[in-house]
Amino acid sequence: MSIIEVKNLTKKFGDFMAVDDISFSVEKGEIFAFLGPNGAGKTTTIKMLTTLLDPTAGEVKINNFNLKKERDNVRRSFGIVFQDPSLDDDLTAYENMEFHAILYGYKKAGRQSRIEELLKLVDLWDRRKELVKNFSGGMKRRLEIARALIHTPKIIFLDEPTVGLDPQTRNHIWSYIVDLSKKEGVTVFLTTHYMEEAEKMADRVVIIDHGKIIGVGTPQELKERTFTESLEEAFLKLTGSEIRSEEANSMDALRTHAKVWGRRK
Amino acid sequence: MSTIYILWLRQLKKYMRSPPRIIGSLGQPLLFLLVFGFGFSSIFAKAGGGNYIQFLVPGIVAMAVVFTAIFGGIELIWDRQFGFLKETMVAPVSRFNIMIGRALGGATVSVIQGVAVLIISFLIGFKMPHVLMIFPALIFMFLTAFFFTALGTAIASQLTDMQAFPIIMNFLVMPLFFLSGSIFPLTTAPKALQILGKLDPLSYGIDGLRYTFEGISNFNPWLDFFVLLGVSLLVVLIGNYLFEKMEV
Repeated sequence: MSIIEVKNLTKKFGDFMAVDDISFSVEKGEIFAFLGPNGAGKTTTIKMLTTLLDPTAGEVKINNFNLKKERDNVRRSFGIVFQDPSLDDDLTAYENMEFHAILYGYKKAGRQSRIEELLKLVDLWDRRKELVKNFSGGMKRRLEIARALIHTPKIIFLDEPTVGLDPQTRNHIWSYIVDLSKKEGVTVFLTTHYMEEAEKMADRVVIIDHGKIIGVGTPQELKERTFTESLEEAFLKLTGSEIRSEEANSMDALRTHAKVWGRRK
Repeated sequence: MSTIYILWLRQLKKYMRSPPRIIGSLGQPLLFLLVFGFGFSSIFAKAGGGNYIQFLVPGIVAMAVVFTAIFGGIELIWDRQFGFLKETMVAPVSRFNIMIGRALGGATVSVIQGVAVLIISFLIGFKMPHVLMIFPALIFMFLTAFFFTALGTAIASQLTDMQAFPIIMNFLVMPLFFLSGSIFPLTTAPKALQILGKLDPLSYGIDGLRYTFEGISNFNPWLDFFVLLGVSLLVVLIGNYLFEKMEV
C-alpha cells in the first residue's frame, strides 16, 4: 500500500483545467520529486494534497486516510515546508516550534524534549531564544524543516526547499532532509527547479506539464527513455525548451515588497 | 481550545514586542484628544454642551480601540501569504477556532491601547465619577474591539493584498468613526446624520462607554450592549463563512 495514492485528480478553475486527471502513487520511505515547468499544475496539486484546495474530482489517499472524508487525519500525517517562509518572525525559534506542537496536539509532557531533539538535529538549539526575524534564509528553512517534523508525520512535503539559498546551505539542507527522513522514516515529496538536486536525491520522479503527467520513473529510467545524459535534459526534452509565460500575481508583488521593506510591517 | 489560547497569546506577544508600534499608534488618538479637546472646549461649553474633554474622551478611547482592531484584522493579509496563517491552515484545527483566537487576541490588544489612552486622559483632567464602572467600560471596549477585529478579518479574508486598505480605512472605518457621536453629539446633529448614526454599530459602543464613564447615555446602555453583541455575532458568522472559503 502506497503512502500517497492519487487517482484521477482534477482541478478546474472556471474553464481552465489546471490539473487534468492525474494519477500516481508514492511509496513509503522514498524520496519523490514532483517536477514541472511554471504553470504546469505542480503547486495546485500540492495544495490539493495538503488540504489547502478542494479537488474538482478524483480520489486521494494519504497514509490510508481519505483526503475528503478524513481531513484532520490526513493533516496529522504530513508536515510541509512551504516555498515562502511560514514562520512568525516576531516569535522565537522555540516559540514557533512550540506553537506547532500545540496546534498538532502534541502532549505537554513530551513537548520540550521533542522540540529540543529536533532543534539540535538542525543545529538551532543554541539560537532557540532568538527572534526568527534575525535568522538567515537558510536558518529559517532549517527551522521549518525541524518544525514540520515535530508531530512525527509520515510524509514531509517540500515546496522548492532550497530556492534562494547558496550552494553550501543547499548542501546542508539536503543532508538534513536525507538524514531526518532516514532517522524518522519519513517519505519526502518535493518539488524543485534544481534538476541536479532532483537527480541526485530522488528515488522516483513525476513530471507534470499542462496539468498532465508526461513522465514517471526513476531519474535513470527517464534519461534512458529520452536518450539524454541528465535529468535536466530529459526534462527539457519532455517539456520543450520554450519559456513559459507567467503572469505576475499578487504573490510576486508581496515578495518584492517584502524584499524591499525587509519584512511585512 | 488550546488553539484559541495560543493564537490569542501570539497576538499579545507580537504586540508587546513592538514598543515603537505601541507608542506610534497612540499618536493619532492623543493628537485628536489634545488638539480637539482643548481647541473646541470653549465653544462647546458656550453652546451648552458642558466639558468637551469629558465628552470627547470616550470617543478617543474608541478611536484607539477601533483603529487598532481593524488593522489587527487586516493584518491577516500578510499572515496569509507570508507567515503563520498557512501553517495554521494545514494543521488539524478548525478554521473557526483560528479565526476566534485571532479575533480575541486582536481585541485584547485593542483594549490595551484604549486603556492606555484612557490613562493619559486622566492625566489631562478627565474624570470618572464612578471608578468601578471601569469594568463595564472594559466590556464595552472589548465588544467594540471584537466587532472591528472580526470585521477586519472577514474583509481581509477576501483580499489578496494590502491595496484595498486605504479604501477600507477611508470609506468604511472613518465614516463609522465620525458618524458615531465620537467627536460631536448626535443629539444636536442634523436629522440625516442622526439617522446614519443610529445605523452605525460604533454609536452604540460609544454610547455605552459614555454611560460607564459619566452615567449619561443617549440610547439605553442595555440596548448598546445587545446591539454590539448582536453585530459581533453577525460578523463572526459571516466571517466564519468567508474564512472557511478563504484560499491560501
